[in-house]
Amino acid sequence: MSARDEILGRVRSALSGVSPAVDLPPAPRAPDRGDLVALFVERVEDYRAVVTRCSPDDLGSVVAEVLGSASSVVPPGLGLDVAGSVVDDGLAAADLDRIDAVVTRARVGIAETGTLVLDHAPDQGRRAISLVPDLHVCIVDAAQVVADVPDAIALLDPARPTTWISGPSATSDIELDRVEGVHGPRTLHVVLVG
Amino acid sequence: MSGTFVGMPAFPTAAREALADTQLRRNLAHATRTIRDKRAAVVAEVEDWEELRVAGAAVKEAALRDLATHLETLEASLVAAGATVHWARDAAEACAIVASVAHTHGVDEVVKVKSMATAEIGLNEALEAEGIAAWETDLAELIVQLGDDLPSHILVPAIHRNRAEVREIFRRRMGDVGRPAPDDLTDEPAMLAGAARAHLREKFLRAKVAVSGANFAVADTGTLVVVESEGNGRMCLTLPDVLVSVVGIEKVVATWSDLDPMLRLLPRSSTGERMNPYTSTWSGVTPGDGPQEVHVVLLDNGRTRALADDVGRQALRCIRCSACLNVCPVYERVGGHAYGSVYPGPIGAILNPLLNGVADEQTASLPYASSLCGACFEVCPVRIDIPSVLVDQRAAVVDSHRGDRVPKPEAVAMKAAAWTFSSAKRLARAERASGLAGRVLGRFSRTTLPGGRAAAGRLPGPAAGWTGARDLPAPPTESFREWWDRTDGGRDGSAR
Repeated sequence: MSARDEILGRVRSALSGVSPAVDLPPAPRAPDRGDLVALFVERVEDYRAVVTRCSPDDLGSVVAEVLGSASSVVPPGLGLDVAGSVVDDGLAAADLDRIDAVVTRARVGIAETGTLVLDHAPDQGRRAISLVPDLHVCIVDAAQVVADVPDAIALLDPARPTTWISGPSATSDIELDRVEGVHGPRTLHVVLVG
Repeated sequence: MSGTFVGMPAFPTAAREALADTQLRRNLAHATRTIRDKRAAVVAEVEDWEELRVAGAAVKEAALRDLATHLETLEASLVAAGATVHWARDAAEACAIVASVAHTHGVDEVVKVKSMATAEIGLNEALEAEGIAAWETDLAELIVQLGDDLPSHILVPAIHRNRAEVREIFRRRMGDVGRPAPDDLTDEPAMLAGAARAHLREKFLRAKVAVSGANFAVADTGTLVVVESEGNGRMCLTLPDVLVSVVGIEKVVATWSDLDPMLRLLPRSSTGERMNPYTSTWSGVTPGDGPQEVHVVLLDNGRTRALADDVGRQALRCIRCSACLNVCPVYERVGGHAYGSVYPGPIGAILNPLLNGVADEQTASLPYASSLCGACFEVCPVRIDIPSVLVDQRAAVVDSHRGDRVPKPEAVAMKAAAWTFSSAKRLARAERASGLAGRVLGRFSRTTLPGGRAAAGRLPGPAAGWTGARDLPAPPTESFREWWDRTDGGRDGSAR
């Protein structure tokens, strides 16, 4: 018998006589928190990420200022001119490792948890580009901010890869003390538009 | 390479050794207090935490109770998304599948995301025997691996090490397996994390094959989910050409929207954060992005045994958050090694016997490694009633000895008690003897309990095991029935 058939057989015999019906209560919703965008900013900053708010007209200059003299890579569909940046066309990991920063958009922002979710559409690019460079500049529109995790889940397409980002890379592995800066970008700079 | 739990002594022996290690107790007390406070703060923020727990428990319970259907759906979704699905009855079969994928690609190393399933099956040791180095990339796993040590916590396997010890391990060992630690390495956690970043970066950039586990596997979409902090997970899941994920069959949830209560419950219960820094989800192969060859190994290794246990089945709801370890008064004092398994603490005390049975002495000792205080049940995000399962597993241990040719002293004592209690005459005789013992102890005992009642000190013989760690109160000098006879049930006025 194949391992598959044997395991499925064991599962069925383990559950013989067990009713599969389980009452599924809906997960509760957090109460209304008022100004979602303000909450989002507060919660993102709580992770020691940097947040800059700007108008759509100022976006280009704000991003340029955040980058300063850092070399950068952008996804092909960013929809913003970033002077001097390399447009990703499938760069090797080693090449990405030599670039200081990446600028991407996001799919959704979650206010309750201060989370950005990328679904790696053309304005966000491949997963590798927002991972290897040490500075991640992530542009999110105020209108993209939702209240809580279930709202984000409902918006996301599970067929796409998604990356949920809550602050810069961090670890609590030494004495359970949180320190920022391990393998992912050590600096997360969120540019909130609108 | 890390050590092995094979040959560990039973819990009472291992616990005694651990308790004597004052450094270990200091490290554990500090770390568990830190994490308990953080968890309590972020859980208090959620007004309907209890309802969220109920919803999370229901999602996992529903998936378990129809597991065969969900596994078939998961397999079909994964295959449709371009993944190759393997099934492994046990640890050896799972390790062989991973080794064969690595061999196919001619690699002598793989990078690993922290994964309890691969620790459970001893994958690193199995790959080493096949000439393949498995590099742990989670910081705590790296500390354990470089220190030839054993994991002692589910979330933070190096919780028993303090910063000074970590610095020593990095300085001594990093150079043997890659980029050495910098000469000016201090014991600042930020600097230690920086050393790990520099050490592992070259391994991430060159790795062809990665191995992961999964926190959740969504049946209807074929999506795997990895919840992490450092970005080492993202590195392994994104940069290599080939990804092999070893997933216990109990990780299944039915639908994408089922992830909602889980992703709200896990980070708050685990690291005490509103959300962990990084969560990755992927469904098979994404053309042009990430690994283009994706394997998923669905692992049984005792899970169907646990599934068949009506009381113990709920343990398979576990999402490996470690909240039960951090609140456990036993774990906090003895640490994880004493449990002799990659699954320590309260959840380990039920999971190991459920997965493996109680035939060996070490596993059979685990259900007793608890005071049944119930703190673990209170914090469990999926409401596993650990104390009830512990009691049920204790019964399983007793049942497994019913046919013994030489019965255990406890069984003999219980038989004798049953014989005594089944006759009024015999019980009266026993009560008179016990009253006499009470009077003797009351006069000669040098141990007094709070409140003034005398207690027996350490008794000799078969009672030593009990009295060695506990005070046995002196029996009352008069039994209830004697008091009733003497006072006519308290009606004659001489009651006291």
